[in-house]
Amino acid sequence: MALKAYLRERFFPHLWCPGCGHGTVLNGLLQAIEKMGLSRNEIVMVSGIGCSSRITGYVDFHTLHTIHGRALAFATGVKMARPELNLIVPMGDGDALAIGGNHFIHAARRNIDITAIVMNNRIYGMTGGQFSPLSGEDVRATTAPYLTIDPGFDVVELSKAAGATFVARTTTFHIKQMADIIQQAILHEGFSVVEIFSQCPTYFGRKNKAGDAVDMIAYYKENTTPIGSKAKKENPNLIERGIFVQNEKPEYCNQYEQLVQKAMKGR
Amino acid sequence: MAKPKLEKHHINNDWCKGCGICVALCPKKVLELDDHEKVSALRPQDCICCKLCELRCPDLAIEVETKE
Repeated sequence: MALKAYLRERFFPHLWCPGCGHGTVLNGLLQAIEKMGLSRNEIVMVSGIGCSSRITGYVDFHTLHTIHGRALAFATGVKMARPELNLIVPMGDGDALAIGGNHFIHAARRNIDITAIVMNNRIYGMTGGQFSPLSGEDVRATTAPYLTIDPGFDVVELSKAAGATFVARTTTFHIKQMADIIQQAILHEGFSVVEIFSQCPTYFGRKNKAGDAVDMIAYYKENTTPIGSKAKKENPNLIERGIFVQNEKPEYCNQYEQLVQKAMKGR
Repeated sequence: MAKPKLEKHHINNDWCKGCGICVALCPKKVLELDDHEKVSALRPQDCICCKLCELRCPDLAIEVETKE
């Protein structure tokens, strides 16, 4: 497998549970990188804490495994120091939008050229199945034995409002779309958010009687639809997937470079 | 472009965790889980080399080798 060139094979098999969607996200991400022909030295992957954040350990790029929720802050530092590198920040739903919610919206507001991947399994897996800000209402979790009452965030709407210039959503079922979207997100100049629905059969699946990994992945197939499809008009409960926003705005590192030039004028 | 022909399914038994995603989503039902809960290609003659098993495998345990 050509993808093996990007792996730290000595750490395999990985620690994710059987059927965990995060492995499929790793697979899709590597497919995108292989297709682009990027060198391992051109990529920096920064992650925080959680099941999803363990992904940095398995890839043979420049990697930083940092603190909970603050991966984007570390990535901002790396990007400012070395703007020629490609920054990829894979995060879990809790890592990105609970613990790291503030870093997330401000990275989006600055439009710094970082690719943020939100691996959304709607639960905190590593710590035993607590509900997260993306769980949504009527979900059973270790910390919600009588179902949750908290409405969830909509990652796409939140990212749009915060100013991200590339916003997309896909699932682990739609693997070809996933690889394609990740490729476009990396190529996009500006802050890119890719939300990927990723099944957690161990906690979310068991607690909510959602079946095994195969049933959960089939749920993504049946309950999502391409943006603006006819099916969405007939059934508004379907979740749209695809690229929602792709526009051009001044990128933060470029703006900073111009500021430096302005300040250095005549010296 | 000629259709790719199957050479071999390379399955890494040490990495496979037997989640069954490839078995369920194979359009031609080529794959099965064996007694040890590891995937094996029982009907390789039916394989159409779509590589969906390889692309979706969360454990990166399958490779479909093809020739043009």
